Amino acid sequence: MRGFGECMTRDIPARSIKTADGFETGNTSHEWDLQALKKAHQVLAEHTYEKKAVDKGYAGRTLYVNLSSGEIREKAVTEEMKMQFTGGRGFGLKLMYESIKPTTRWDSEENELVLTSGSMNGTTQYSGSGKCHSLTVSPLTNIICDSNAGGYFAPYMKFAGFDALEIQGKASEDVVVFLDGLEGKVRIETAPLEETNTHLLGEQLTLLYAAEDTEASRQKVSVVSAGKAAETSFWGCLNLSFYDPRRKVARIKQHGRGGLGRVLRDKHIKAIVVRVDHFDGLSNNPVDPERIAEIGIKQHKENRDLDRSQSNMRTVGTAHLVEIMDAYDLMPIENYRFGTSPKSYKLYSPNFYPYLTQVIPDGCWFGCTMACAKTADGFELKTGPYAGQRVTVDGPEWETIGGSSNMGIFDPEQVLEFNFYCDTYGLDTISSATGTAFYMEMYEYGILSKERCDGLELCFGNFDAVMEFLHRMAAGDGAEFVQVASKGIRRVKDWLIANNWGDRQLIEDCGMENKGLEYSEYVTKESLAQQGGYGLTLKGAQHDEAWLIFMDMVNNAIPTFADKAEALHFFPMWRTWFSLTGLCKLPWNDVEPADNGETAEPAKVPEHLQNYADIFSAITGRSVTPEELVLQSERVYNWQRAMNVWMGRGRRKDDWAPFRSMGPVTELEYVSREERYDKQMTEKMGLDEAEVAAMGTTEKLQRHYEFRRDQYEKLTDAVYYRRGWTPNGVPTPAKMKELGFGKETKMLAMLQEVIDRDEAAGLNAWGGSYGKDEKPPTDEKKYWEKE
Amino acid sequence: METVKIVRFKPDLCTGCLKCEQACSKVHFKTEDGGEHSAIRIIKTQNGFQMTDCNHCGLCIDLCPTLALKRSTKGTVLLDKKLCVGCQSCVAFCPNQVMRRAPGVLTPFKCISCGACVRACPENALELVEININEVAEVVYHQEGVCS
Repeated sequence: MRGFGECMTRDIPARSIKTADGFETGNTSHEWDLQALKKAHQVLAEHTYEKKAVDKGYAGRTLYVNLSSGEIREKAVTEEMKMQFTGGRGFGLKLMYESIKPTTRWDSEENELVLTSGSMNGTTQYSGSGKCHSLTVSPLTNIICDSNAGGYFAPYMKFAGFDALEIQGKASEDVVVFLDGLEGKVRIETAPLEETNTHLLGEQLTLLYAAEDTEASRQKVSVVSAGKAAETSFWGCLNLSFYDPRRKVARIKQHGRGGLGRVLRDKHIKAIVVRVDHFDGLSNNPVDPERIAEIGIKQHKENRDLDRSQSNMRTVGTAHLVEIMDAYDLMPIENYRFGTSPKSYKLYSPNFYPYLTQVIPDGCWFGCTMACAKTADGFELKTGPYAGQRVTVDGPEWETIGGSSNMGIFDPEQVLEFNFYCDTYGLDTISSATGTAFYMEMYEYGILSKERCDGLELCFGNFDAVMEFLHRMAAGDGAEFVQVASKGIRRVKDWLIANNWGDRQLIEDCGMENKGLEYSEYVTKESLAQQGGYGLTLKGAQHDEAWLIFMDMVNNAIPTFADKAEALHFFPMWRTWFSLTGLCKLPWNDVEPADNGETAEPAKVPEHLQNYADIFSAITGRSVTPEELVLQSERVYNWQRAMNVWMGRGRRKDDWAPFRSMGPVTELEYVSREERYDKQMTEKMGLDEAEVAAMGTTEKLQRHYEFRRDQYEKLTDAVYYRRGWTPNGVPTPAKMKELGFGKETKMLAMLQEVIDRDEAAGLNAWGGSYGKDEKPPTDEKKYWEKE
Repeated sequence: METVKIVRFKPDLCTGCLKCEQACSKVHFKTEDGGEHSAIRIIKTQNGFQMTDCNHCGLCIDLCPTLALKRSTKGTVLLDKKLCVGCQSCVAFCPNQVMRRAPGVLTPFKCISCGACVRACPENALELVEININEVAEVVYHQEGVCS
């Protein structure tokens, strides 16, 4: 059955904001004195550049802005750069490697915020072609964090003339960095009077910088901003706007992960604004637009015909996952202790239908017919500084809903309120929810208390306390808990342990962070591959590298360590590719061709891999196969890992994962799934039933702990070997040379030095305990030295 | 009652001469090639001829991300080429597959109810008739599973 999918159930009508004269959100309107705002702007630095057309997907130059010195200059994109790093995140890593030091931290003068486009970015014919991939040294992890978001910024940046924008240094007062594709100018301007919170700032700046007072002109502006909470919290996110001429709202998508918003505000950037002149479906100047249109139409038709039965993205966005995750025991409940709850049904996607407005092309870039960017319009806020006002809420995405259940919140309106304030304050909903869920668990155990939380009663389900926490972060509350808690789980763990308020092991095991980044919202206890999908990542615990739960746990398609390692090679490499070309991952596998199940490797969606290879070829003129796309990713993936090593963090100890991600930490969790866990002791751990029956829960927990930790280490061994790394997780010089980095002598020497140091310290050894019938990935001594 | 003029086909009278397509492609592309350059299409079937053309249901108006598709005061759905970014959403989602794309041109085109095809038909197999927009839209939206 084909259709828009706006009316899946007849008993819950879709919400329409269509009127006889157009569309009406019902939002609270604002009057701005734009002249006064503009008058207060003082130009601190200006650079005029030559306007040039994009050539085969590349603008051919990047833009460097130094806020400390006011320097603005262009950097050429070389052919070698394109071959080695492809574009997007690859370019970002290359630029950062040349500009930062291994000791650079998030608030260092030389730290950079790099926003990137990509050769396929800005395509209008294929869904999901508008993503921005941005990087910085993260306050949460002390290594580079990349994050992706929709919105119009990245394509507009490219059409304005640049493949990437690299911002270094710090301004001494709040500024706007303005990239004007209309006039061919870049300006750093003071912006003292504008609001800081995104839902107001985005509106002000869209109106201020639009060339004319028309909807079409406003649609040609994109604003990157954060919010008040990003001035203190390491969870600070960036909001990228895309003006919706129907709703007349500067809607937003988020660079959620890794604290990019904190870095934006640390640099005293109030916003980055881009404005374009004319653009159309040929603005990338592809070599074969006809081919792109053919593939695009085919994929649009898949969205039209198959979305409703496969995903329902067009109706509720990623919220469609709620009922699936709940059914498979994967929905995070109360800090991942459980995977389902008797209350989960309250958050099932149909319960969001009454809030989400429909019959609007909801793509966050032109031509995305997957259209998962939903909004609740005219939503009346109940708390905080904007209580009583009606606003447009972006989402909610699955992660925000899963994060809410993780905090014990099961009311759609509360989810929307949390979602709105996180966004406008510039907070990542994932880290905010996962972090708060951890604090709630610590509160339940008495490790935290009302007194230790500065008056916040952080019990599971206490929505009022959650909102108060957000509002206090945004207000710059200096109380100790608010300050520490806003810096994320890792800092709170250290703080709890330093104060000797609880058992170190319990605290470490329950706090769901990897490398300092909070986990996103999936329960991974029964999928070893997904434990690796979170832990064996470049930037920390985010599922954008690999989502293997169904393959592993439900379909049992990757049973051995080698199978899992192969999946943890292919999928992270493949998924990285979207970030090199400025694409969204969702159209790859959230709606699949009808016959995908009959292909040899349905999890890879082979037809769509071919689509991407064909479109890349049709844009750049470089004929590539899907295998070559994966090779493009492998280069960048290894480069980023090497940069992690360079910054002191890319080794086995850094891929450590909290036990909550691997199995039951507490007796309560064990008892809640006793039958499952007891069965695993006989089936997987080789114990006999009588032995298990005689054990107490504490001992059973210990056995699971040892077994599952060892499984994770064995998986790590297999993955490192498959990726061509040492047993301590370091990309080898041989691997880097194989990938084409032979000339990068400084990087190769650094890696060799770390490997030699590891060797001397006995760290180049397998982590798993291998019994007599088991084998590590290879018996070959020093396999990593082989050229 | 809002109305629009649409092309009605009388299959019994059609001889398949394709003069209508030629007239249409002249309007849109200044060529008499017809075929892929024509908004109206005549297809030969086992039992004679079928015509496909836009009925101005307006579903594409709701799909366009740039508001490039609008209903004119006469009720016809028109594409503003200056606003179009060539995304092909309307081409793929059109329930009757009559939002068309000519070879080598990214911007789609469609029937504008100009009547050139009607005037060109030597057999009087085509006529412009006035219909109620809401009735057309309701049927199409219902077929598409959309609440109108």
